[in-house]
Amino acid sequence: MDLRTKRLGTLTAAAIASFCVTGAFAQDKPSGEPIKIGILHSLSGTMAISETTLKDAMLMLIDEQNKKGGVLGRPLEAVVVDPASDWPLFAEKARELISQDKVAAVFGCWTSVSRKSVLPVFKELDNILFYPVQYEGEESERNVFYTGAAPNQQAIPAVDYLMDEGVQRWVLEGTDYVYPRTTNKILEQYLKDKGVAAEDIKINYTPFGFSDWQTEVSAIKDFGSAGKKTAVVSTVNGDANVPFYKELANQGIKATDIPVVAFSVGEEELAGIDTGPLVGHLAAWNYFESVDTPENKEFIDKWHKFIGNDKRVTNDPMEAHYIGFNMWVKAVEKAGTTDPDKVIDALPGVEQANLTGGMSKMLPNHHITKPVLIGEIQSDGQFEVVSETDDLVPGDAWSDFLPESKKLEADWVDLKCGNYDTEAKKCLGDAAK
Amino acid sequence: MRCMLKRLSLLWLLILAGLAAAPVWAAEGDAAAIVQSFGGKQGYDETETHIKEAAATGDPAVAPALRALRDGNLYWRKSDEAVFIATESGDTLKLADPMTGADAGTAPKDDFTKVRVKNSIRVAVTAALGSLTLRAENAVQRLRAADTLFSEADPEMIEPLDGAIAAETDATVKARMEEARAAAVLESDRPAEEKAAAAKVLEQRGDREALNKLATFASSTKDEAARGAAERAIAAIESNIAFWGQAQNVWYGLSLGSVLLLAAIGLAITFGVMGVINMAHGEMVMLGAYTTFVVQEQIRQSAPFLFEWSLAIAIPLAFLVSAAVGLVLERSLIRFLYGRPLETLLATFGVSLVLQQAVRSIFGPTNRQVGNPDWMSGAFDVGMMSVTWNRLWIIVFALLVFAALLLVLNKTPLGLQMRAVTQNRKMASAMGIRTPWIDAMTFALGSGIAGMAGVALSQIDNVSPNLGQGYIIDSFMVVVFGGVGNLWGTLVGAMTLGILNKLLEPFAGAVLGKIVVLVLIILFIQKRPRGLFAQKGRFVDA
Repeated sequence: MDLRTKRLGTLTAAAIASFCVTGAFAQDKPSGEPIKIGILHSLSGTMAISETTLKDAMLMLIDEQNKKGGVLGRPLEAVVVDPASDWPLFAEKARELISQDKVAAVFGCWTSVSRKSVLPVFKELDNILFYPVQYEGEESERNVFYTGAAPNQQAIPAVDYLMDEGVQRWVLEGTDYVYPRTTNKILEQYLKDKGVAAEDIKINYTPFGFSDWQTEVSAIKDFGSAGKKTAVVSTVNGDANVPFYKELANQGIKATDIPVVAFSVGEEELAGIDTGPLVGHLAAWNYFESVDTPENKEFIDKWHKFIGNDKRVTNDPMEAHYIGFNMWVKAVEKAGTTDPDKVIDALPGVEQANLTGGMSKMLPNHHITKPVLIGEIQSDGQFEVVSETDDLVPGDAWSDFLPESKKLEADWVDLKCGNYDTEAKKCLGDAAK
Repeated sequence: MRCMLKRLSLLWLLILAGLAAAPVWAAEGDAAAIVQSFGGKQGYDETETHIKEAAATGDPAVAPALRALRDGNLYWRKSDEAVFIATESGDTLKLADPMTGADAGTAPKDDFTKVRVKNSIRVAVTAALGSLTLRAENAVQRLRAADTLFSEADPEMIEPLDGAIAAETDATVKARMEEARAAAVLESDRPAEEKAAAAKVLEQRGDREALNKLATFASSTKDEAARGAAERAIAAIESNIAFWGQAQNVWYGLSLGSVLLLAAIGLAITFGVMGVINMAHGEMVMLGAYTTFVVQEQIRQSAPFLFEWSLAIAIPLAFLVSAAVGLVLERSLIRFLYGRPLETLLATFGVSLVLQQAVRSIFGPTNRQVGNPDWMSGAFDVGMMSVTWNRLWIIVFALLVFAALLLVLNKTPLGLQMRAVTQNRKMASAMGIRTPWIDAMTFALGSGIAGMAGVALSQIDNVSPNLGQGYIIDSFMVVVFGGVGNLWGTLVGAMTLGILNKLLEPFAGAVLGKIVVLVLIILFIQKRPRGLFAQKGRFVDA
């Protein structure tokens, strides 16, 4: 699997070179040494299903930016590598991008384990990672910018919505790894704080890629027939979702009986399922393709044109890259350099319009403000928004619902610390890990 | 709500009195006006109020509009907020009058707005329809109405239910209505004897919902006699549920076993009979699933009426595709590696990665949608056990494939030659059998069967390039556990592992259950290294 680095920017570079020769459009067209941007998404292996789309989205964004004149008058060049869904390989490829290719920033990773695997590399070589996926929180690093949702921007509002809808009994169903385990720990505490009795919460985990859901679904059915309105909060990971939803449909569990709200199921995942029997099940995200704003329409049109297929959907992590990339561009222009150290300092406070009509802002804790949308699955595989937060919700790195992280705070502007202990009044630093 | 139900009960009495003609209690204009009130921009709360108003008219004429609302087919015109039932076709809407259902022509979609619905709206509509359709023409609608009333258990509905029960001709619907009445009686302030009788009716129903109604009643009532009856009913239902719970687990086990059998049976030929450690076996399954996808795509484009037959068409094609790939693989690679299991393992592992990435490049990395034909969707009840059609068909299919394979091995010349080559290659060769050709045919057969398994697995799992990976370990486990080289061993092994897994899962959880099964297999293999049914084969001889 020794996939060589692909350089997709050569075409752009060639075009630019010809402009340099004529010199006629030097004002409008970017020129000079290209700025390299690393794209670290799996193009093969298990995670290719989700990450390939993000690679394409990044290529589109970079292409767009070059048409607009590049950054600091210089063209951008994408450097695409394939970490092949292999976590240690993520670290190797990250090192390759930073030391050999000398990229100015990296956009990449999907799973939390891949992010954890590249962290030491980014710290050691002092570069920037934009991470576009919703995650379990409990982390804030100087070199990482989290453009996906923290738990308080996805899980908590979703549970609040269901509580308003009268749900009293909860099944927390997840795949057995760090994101569902941490999220469910936070949710369990949150539900208990809200007065839900322990016997009204059922937590269950299944292995990765689980496909035989008969027992689990029938257990959910039994749990839900206790007379109280029941809902399933699903942190089931990508591949296991299709058999899960198929089994739900087969056993006749309708959204009106037991709604399932999912945190990892978006437009892309639904593309593989007949959504007719799933109408009314829910998902919580910060973006839906169906959101009707001019920015979103333009983004979708560009995406269809770029990918050459108007059936391809857009999803939440794509929007996160859109926001993250544009923030990086603004920060570079603000700092006047691509030097990662200076860009990291320039990023907090940068604002960028998101695709759902709000203005997202990079916070000192390296998370961003996002709206929280709850959508119901429609028969065409899209979501219809049924609830939306009034304001953008700031991402919280350390959950307020876990005793051990309640007192922690992340602030890279004033405190210069990712895990400041507000009780002991000191920065725990790496010693806390 | 209460007041409208009183009106409703009055209505039933009127009907009983012989006024079963057209609705006379509410002017038609009333109902139409309420339906029109769904037009215009409004919040979910407002829509819910309008639903309640519509139900309060007691006029069945509002039912089509409510049903359309629930299914997301109710629209209003932006210009004058007039409400229509509409079906989408491309950029236009086919309109129909919400009261009469009369055709109202077509109009561009942009001129209309859909009345927004969410789950709580759907629930409200179902409840409203429940009271409106208790006397509907259609038995299915009456059945649904009875079920809705059962879960609502509203004492106000006892009288209308009495009327409906008296008029009901369908035995099933009547029984459901009586259960709904019993649930309502438990909630009412009727005498204790009646409640005890109601507890009996719920005991007959015997499911979890009945148990739940009884439990709520038993914990709240002050009447000793009625509570006694309820508690006896609870005990009876609980023991019944425990029994059916075990039956359900065994059924799930059989179903998981049949999936394992399908995945492993091809491997039982290539690994069991030939001794080739084929790590690309899972990819043969995947190719079968993708063949199903391609077949369905072709059918969708050129002959949609064949869709119900798509799987039947896909089965032989999947066999051929996977068998062909298997044949090429054997001729070009595996035959040079016979007797070198380690090299075979590494080479076929490489092939599996190549096949995965090839499929990823051709079809893309995302899941492909393979539809379920109608006869494979849904479930039916056996006692208190729900049996899903797709699982039932997969069990049948797995057993058919197994039987067919046995037949091929035992009754055909090819099978005879295969067994001969397996048992003594030199002697078979001396008798004039072209052993290399038999090797190729055997490998193609095993691969082809894996392809057929892919057709079945496409119905329950993701059709993605990773489909095969999930099954390869399980397949080897089944074949090794059952005894290498023995088809019956594979059958028994698959079913045992399936049932064991599903009996453990409710107690231990899916993750731990799998670990326990794995540990048990390791211990078993220590004791009997050749599996359940050991047999001599070339691999053993070598």
